[in-house]
Amino acid sequence: MIHVRGLVKRFGYTVVLKGISLDIEAGESVVLLGPNGAGKTTLLRILATLLKPSAGRVTVAGEDIVRHPQAVRHLLGYVSHHPLLYPDLTARENLRFYAQLYGLPEPDARIDELLERVGLARRGDDLVRTFSRGMVQRLTIARALLHNPPILLLDEPDTGLDPQAANMLARLLQDVAVEGRTILLTTHNLSRGVDFARRVVVLAGGRIVTDRPTEGLEVQDLSRLYLDAVAQEAA
Amino acid sequence: MRFWSAVWAIFWKDVRAEFRTKDILTGMLVFAILAVLVFNFAFDLRVERPQTVIPGVMWVAIIFASMLGLNRSFILEQDRGSLAGILLAPVDRSAIYLGKVLGNLVFMFAVEVILLPIMVVLFNVNVLMPSVLLFVGLGTVGFAVVGTIFSAIAVNTRAREVMLPVLLLPVMVPVVIAAVKGTAGILDGNPLSEQMGALRLLIAFDVIFLGIAFLTFDYVLEE
Repeated sequence: MIHVRGLVKRFGYTVVLKGISLDIEAGESVVLLGPNGAGKTTLLRILATLLKPSAGRVTVAGEDIVRHPQAVRHLLGYVSHHPLLYPDLTARENLRFYAQLYGLPEPDARIDELLERVGLARRGDDLVRTFSRGMVQRLTIARALLHNPPILLLDEPDTGLDPQAANMLARLLQDVAVEGRTILLTTHNLSRGVDFARRVVVLAGGRIVTDRPTEGLEVQDLSRLYLDAVAQEAA
Repeated sequence: MRFWSAVWAIFWKDVRAEFRTKDILTGMLVFAILAVLVFNFAFDLRVERPQTVIPGVMWVAIIFASMLGLNRSFILEQDRGSLAGILLAPVDRSAIYLGKVLGNLVFMFAVEVILLPIMVVLFNVNVLMPSVLLFVGLGTVGFAVVGTIFSAIAVNTRAREVMLPVLLLPVMVPVVIAAVKGTAGILDGNPLSEQMGALRLLIAFDVIFLGIAFLTFDYVLEE
């Protein structure tokens, strides 16, 4: 589904991604771990067509992200710690706006369904600026699912959430994952990562230093693996 | 069809959010009225024929008030992080540009609808003549067309609030000259037919820069 070959990203003289190659199959859920500055967000932004690679090739469902970015955007739902919502519009207005951008015909039924699913049906006509951070993040998930994309890119979606809101978000993401979507998640929460994904990829210093299944992996093992991999790269 | 639906969505989103908060409009309007009032006091005792200074006063107020609005157009998107949301949508980037231009035009026209009658009262000169309004309309379109793309360029720079006027004003010199000259000619009592040079320049500027901005906006939004 997602194929990355020799991906390099430079910002001026700084090389953030140093020749990454990665394959993610359809329906696979992958957690991407790494310290701050490892290049996780940059990788996700490239996959989301928000940034162009400096070198290398990335294809999503067979479409080259540089040549056919619009075709790729149809396939993606993107959630980051920024909500990508308008605080001065209501939840329903926000979703209707994005539905129009994605060209959804008759979006009201889909909007109602998603608001119900993320537990915001009663607050649909309230301004987003009156929402708590957890509610905003749930609405962000609804926005990302609006056009029913087969691929979800989740960039630290639980940042800034209290434990209760984070748990609620995790349950919501689990529900989404079992629908057979391809999911790439970045997080600093190792236990959530190991619970959520079937495969773990560790990125450090712009390189993939570990790529293995999460099966049989406990949080302590993952923690050790992560710290060793990061320390090795730093050395 | 998808293109125009996206243009409408962006335009309607901007207008709806703005008329709810009035963040941009209030600043633009207060600035424009204060500028006109200051000019009124400054020129009151010295100018015998207000017609000679009105075009300059009017366009200074419109230009700098517009600059405030244009600046906020992309800064608000960037600060809320919502720009990425629009860029993720599978729509042509030029639809984003056109939606933003239309939104900015509505805000600029809304300010002018209030500003021009105030000028009539303060200076006792009729700036609401159709031919003056024609120049105001074309000049405003020029500012919105170029200002919107420069606003998108400036938003990724460090001194973004300062950068827009620095980038925009030199490019807008032909519009300023043509608009002020045309307005002055009409207020002096000359017929519109004598202002065709200025009028043609404004139309040509609007059309050419709309075309250029339309074609290049995709590259402007690239990080």
